[in-house]
Amino acid sequence: MSDAHKSMAKPRRSFVAKLVVRLPYAWLVAFFLVPFLIVLKISLSQTAIAQPPYTPIFDLAGGWHGIASFFAGLSLDNYAFLGSDPLYFLSYLKSLEIAALSTVMLLVIGYPIAYAMTRAPRRMQAVLVLLVILPFWTSFLIRIYAWMNILQHDGPLNRLLLALDLVREPPVWLSTNTAVYIGIVYSYLPFMVLPLYATLEKLDESLLEAAADLGCPRWKAFWLVTMPLSAPGVIAGALLCFIPAVGEFVIPDLLGGSRTAMIGQTIWTEFFANKDWPTASAVAVVLVCLLVTPIVIFQHQTMRGIERD
Amino acid sequence: MQTVGSKQGVARRDFAPWTDHTLAPLLRIEGLTKRFGAYPAVDNLSLAIYPGEFFALLGPSGCGKTTLLRLIAGFERASAGRILLDGVDLLPVPPHRRPVNMMFQSYALFPHLTVAGNVAFGLKQEGLPKAQIAKRVGEMLALVHLENFGSRKPHELSGGQRQRVALARSLVKRPRILLLDEPMAALDKKLRGETQFELMELQRRLGLTFIIVTHDQSEAMTVADRIAVMDRGHLMQVAPPAEIYEQPNSRWVADFIGSVNLFEGRVGLDGSSVEGTALGRLRVGAKIAAEPGAPVWVAVRPEQLRMGPNPAEPDAQWALENDVAATLADVAYLGDLSIYRLRTAAGVPLQASRANVGPFAPRTIASNDKVWLNFPRAAAIVLTQ
Ligand SMILES: Nc1ncnc2c1ncn2[C@@H]1O[C@H](COP(=O)(O)OP(=O)(O)OP(=O)(O)O)[C@@H](O)[C@H]1O
Ligand SMILES: [Mg+2]
Repeated sequence: MSDAHKSMAKPRRSFVAKLVVRLPYAWLVAFFLVPFLIVLKISLSQTAIAQPPYTPIFDLAGGWHGIASFFAGLSLDNYAFLGSDPLYFLSYLKSLEIAALSTVMLLVIGYPIAYAMTRAPRRMQAVLVLLVILPFWTSFLIRIYAWMNILQHDGPLNRLLLALDLVREPPVWLSTNTAVYIGIVYSYLPFMVLPLYATLEKLDESLLEAAADLGCPRWKAFWLVTMPLSAPGVIAGALLCFIPAVGEFVIPDLLGGSRTAMIGQTIWTEFFANKDWPTASAVAVVLVCLLVTPIVIFQHQTMRGIERD
Repeated sequence: MQTVGSKQGVARRDFAPWTDHTLAPLLRIEGLTKRFGAYPAVDNLSLAIYPGEFFALLGPSGCGKTTLLRLIAGFERASAGRILLDGVDLLPVPPHRRPVNMMFQSYALFPHLTVAGNVAFGLKQEGLPKAQIAKRVGEMLALVHLENFGSRKPHELSGGQRQRVALARSLVKRPRILLLDEPMAALDKKLRGETQFELMELQRRLGLTFIIVTHDQSEAMTVADRIAVMDRGHLMQVAPPAEIYEQPNSRWVADFIGSVNLFEGRVGLDGSSVEGTALGRLRVGAKIAAEPGAPVWVAVRPEQLRMGPNPAEPDAQWALENDVAATLADVAYLGDLSIYRLRTAAGVPLQASRANVGPFAPRTIASNDKVWLNFPRAAAIVLTQ
């Protein structure tokens, strides 16, 4: 582009284009950064029997003195408390474990589904994508309640197992980790399948022919060509499932019962049962920090992917 | 198109294994048919290709060239027929076991592997020791002048460099036959010309057998020992470039290769003239292999039509009958030659071409000038189909 073009394009671009470019940042500031700072602030406060139930409260009416005493009132006590009680550590560990295992299961189940979808005739593929997102047309909560019904002692699953003579005694499903895994894998499957399908669908068929031409059997070409080239989809799907699964509340609460306290349930208990907002906030802040790491890795990966294309 | 006749590559004088009936062909295709639904993309096609040959498949878009290559490589299942390599039927052999390699039209380079990784891919499948793989990859990259690009990814290369990586990758396994599907389609004209000669040189140096698909006539004529002209799944003619151009076996081939003036008529009573054409009676060189009165066509290449201000002088080598008066409609100046579009008094369109030789002589003919055209008897190609 010549200089003349640039200088002509610039003034027009400055207003609307800059606004559009900055809109996502504005969004992030308004709906992530500001709430996060509020939670961070609460996590540095102390509980109080008051409304809101913590001190100090930021109050400009008190002037300089008020601001100074506000900052003096903040402390890291709640974080120290998190470290002192193993309950929190175990809860984080449980959440990460359940999320990680669920993600692996989702990959193992989702990859073949996505792969099979790309092999289907072109016209069928649109229908299959529709089928994958079909569950979203029913409320998430209703679907989890349905699973409670399916998994209960005399529910359809146990009746089926008994009818097929696969078990003698009906196994207990509800209030176990198994039920939580079933719930998470079921609910998150579309988030795994769709990004995988999107990358696999773009894969150039002639690359597999080239591999075969160079003496590589089909199964091996899958490992040498298909898998590496679908890595961006695997990463996207894994993060889309892992991150919300760590903080999952509804599924462990309804299917898992009280013995499996995932971090989402711990936060809920602190907030609503114990009315301990500062501790709940501290738990939430640590969770955000734990999750930022995979997000940063993801960003890094996608940027590399974009550079390659 | 106009340079087709002038550019005949580096024909090998004594290389004509297809004329020697004691030689066994390397690849023999018998009655090969491939139908997509009811449509036969390759239709009962038979062909023999000899060791060391550079063979070109030429034809209009959609005539089945790619399908034929893919059948040989094993990516398509034949509906009928056989493909024999050294007498062994290839059809039951899966693509990864066939000793042929293909250079894809889209290159199909692995985007996640480096240039060296792409070239090494085929050798790794053979389970060769690492040191040997590295050595052969190095040699191959040197051969295509990419020694310093081994660690680059395909997306960091220019189109011409990618093309050479694809070539190196398909050559490194030393295939019995290398299949090239429009290998130079993505290159600009100058680079294409250079690459054509590099490819020929490489093929002769390595002593390999190449089958190249192209719809660029001058490319086919430049590189190939023999050309197969294809149309709608059939082979129309298989012959060396000069023969295809000078002795086409049908109107279709004559018209497809280069440009041609075609006149329909009937064989004259003397057996060496054609009567009732748009230009009247035309004398041809040899005796026509058809009964007097049978319908035939006379084909004359534009460069064989001589233009002059007067009818040709009586002269031993010239046939007086093939003299036509015409008016010049327009001239296309192409640098090395000019194409003249003419019209006879009866309105028959004609095309003549003339090389622009000499020290930039002023061009003496202009639009609407009356000229006389004639052509030697020997230049008249008589076609019976
Ligand atoms: N997978 C397919 N399914 C159905 N028809 C096909 C398929 N592949 C090719 N064809 C048809 O077979 C015919 C020959 O195709 P092919 O690709 O061999 O042509 P081509 O000679 O290579 O043409 P081009 O010069 O344009 O590459 C075409 O009419 C095409 O539409
Ligand atoms: Mg083609």
